[in-house]
Amino acid sequence: MQTAPPPPPTALPLRPPAHQVHPRAVRWWQLRDVLGTVLLTAPQLAVLLVLGADAPGWLPVTAGVTAVLGLAYALVVPRILYRIHRWEVTGEAVYTLSGWLVREWRIAPISRVQTVDTEHGPLQQLLKLASVTVTTASARGPVTIRGLDADDAAELARVLTETTQAVPGDAT
Amino acid sequence: MTDVEQVVAPADPTSGAPWRHLDPRMLVVGPLGGLIQLVPVIAVLLFTGRGEPVRIWAALAIAGLLVLTGVVRWRTTRYRVTEDRVELHSGWLRRQQRSVPRDRIRTVDLTAKLLHRIFGLSVVRVCAASGSGLEQHGLSLDAVSKAEAERLRRELLERPSPAVARPAAPAVAGPPGGPATEPPGELLARLHWSWLRFAPLTFSALAGIGAVVAAVLNLLDDLGLDPRDVPAVDDAAERLAGAPVWVGVGIVGAVLLVVAVVGSVLLFAERWWDYRLTREPDGTLRVLRGLLTRRSLSVSEDRLRGAAISEPLLLRAGRGAQCHALSTGLGRGTQGGALQPPAPRSEAHRVASAVLREHPLVITRAPLLRHPRAALLRRMSRAVVPAGVLVAGAWLLGALVPALAWLGPASLVLLPSAVLLGLDRYRNLGHALTGRYLVTRLGSVHRRTVALRRSGVIGWTFRQSVFQRGSGLVTVEAVTAAGQGGYQVLDIGAADGVALADAATPGLLAPFRGLPSPGRRRAAR
Repeated sequence: MQTAPPPPPTALPLRPPAHQVHPRAVRWWQLRDVLGTVLLTAPQLAVLLVLGADAPGWLPVTAGVTAVLGLAYALVVPRILYRIHRWEVTGEAVYTLSGWLVREWRIAPISRVQTVDTEHGPLQQLLKLASVTVTTASARGPVTIRGLDADDAAELARVLTETTQAVPGDAT
Repeated sequence: MTDVEQVVAPADPTSGAPWRHLDPRMLVVGPLGGLIQLVPVIAVLLFTGRGEPVRIWAALAIAGLLVLTGVVRWRTTRYRVTEDRVELHSGWLRRQQRSVPRDRIRTVDLTAKLLHRIFGLSVVRVCAASGSGLEQHGLSLDAVSKAEAERLRRELLERPSPAVARPAAPAVAGPPGGPATEPPGELLARLHWSWLRFAPLTFSALAGIGAVVAAVLNLLDDLGLDPRDVPAVDDAAERLAGAPVWVGVGIVGAVLLVVAVVGSVLLFAERWWDYRLTREPDGTLRVLRGLLTRRSLSVSEDRLRGAAISEPLLLRAGRGAQCHALSTGLGRGTQGGALQPPAPRSEAHRVASAVLREHPLVITRAPLLRHPRAALLRRMSRAVVPAGVLVAGAWLLGALVPALAWLGPASLVLLPSAVLLGLDRYRNLGHALTGRYLVTRLGSVHRRTVALRRSGVIGWTFRQSVFQRGSGLVTVEAVTAAGQGGYQVLDIGAADGVALADAATPGLLAPFRGLPSPGRRRAAR
């Protein structure tokens, strides 16, 4: 693992969480964005192919712009996300920082955690990544750590479950 | 017919609780309810043809089917209350087993629709705190006798919790199965009919239009009348068509207004008839209300996490407000935990204070800290920019379509309204931290003042957009199990926001506080 880049400046007097997500998460986000771009561009190309010369003149332009913008996004944004996304689990709390244009810091006390889930989407499985979601009694409370190595995620979930059970309280 | 429920199965030695059936009167009420819903179908079947026997047979078959389902449903539905769970088994072909752990029960809601009331029945809905899977929504018993419902309500809520030891917990229930005696609760509030003046000021005014129109159309339909067949209506419609447009618009508007006012008053009366808010001896808050459908909502007091004063714009203009309970596990159909009808503002604050047992000045009436100037700019831009876009669009449309040329100038009225809205939204922003409560106020079209018990905060979310980052603001959300799940302190200064959260839940944020210094590197564990 290469040396971590400096944490981005934040205007909040909260220090960033200690750990970065797994570097493969960048690949995951890039793959996701490329797939999204393909989904947006493919129908336009299909129409172009079917209609041939009858296709409206602006269609190649929008298709090109979609593809270029989408690929540029896939190239740039995942790296930014990787620099921002961070997480930390202490004996008392789960703490995450995520988001790009809208930053989001979430803190959930361990004593209020009700369930711990790990989740592997198809793309994440391909890259051996996983997300860990920590749910509290609140509908607005879930804290999700995305882009962890699958094994690390399983280990984290196990530790979290153990800690949660060790802490008394009915979590509301 | 007795009020004592029939015992179905011998007591299970492990649980010690017998299974019970729903009230046998459901054998009548269930099919009858279904029949009433199917009246139109049956009426069509019976009265449209020329009395072919097929139609009569079909109608009879429907009725038979209803009775059969009623019997099957009654036979297959069983419930029991064991020491630590409430269990409900139902269904014949598709069996369902639901169970709610008793220590998760937050509210017990009794509802008796007109038909149920006639037969002395009541639906018991048990709402549980959000847990996992099936336990999330709780369960409902449709229906048991009134006395049994009352007994269940007390039994399920009177749970001697280890945290709150209550003196004299047992011996609350009267003779089990006896007539529902009037509970000797402490009366916190009751209806004043002068509050009817707030009825047209709520959104139910809109619902009122719908209700009245639907009722009238229904009645006409039942009588087999087409409104256009009535000579007076036909005549009026013709005159209206001949008159200038603005007269028509004016008349329709006036009629709608009158209908809205009448409808909202009727709805208010139906919902809040004989409203009473009491504190029961077992420490639950109980809201009793309703004319045709009698409702009783019980909120366990140690599940209460605070109160919210809700003031929609019109209601606020009429100096009215409504108090809601912030409680965990409030289900749908509880009107968001409304503790009272729309009432005078002082009454709303008084109810909040009585319910939380706190002085108004440390909860919903606490003196609030203003938010930074930058917040005004942000409220303004968020109100004015969309209005500006709309105005520009209106001018553009007016330029393109000559017939709509008036749209541009007319849309200019949006701009001053947007400025006023932005100003008001800023003026209403505020927060305070008192001994046990976090108080926050926001909103203009719908102003909410929330007093959330600090011990009920189960996490924090800080959200900061690019624009907020630029102006040093942050939106802090206190996460809680009660009510909407989270309550925001909007556009507070970044440092103040973190300090507020840290002070509200001492210790939780402390390890994470500290200025982020751009050059520092953190070693990964």
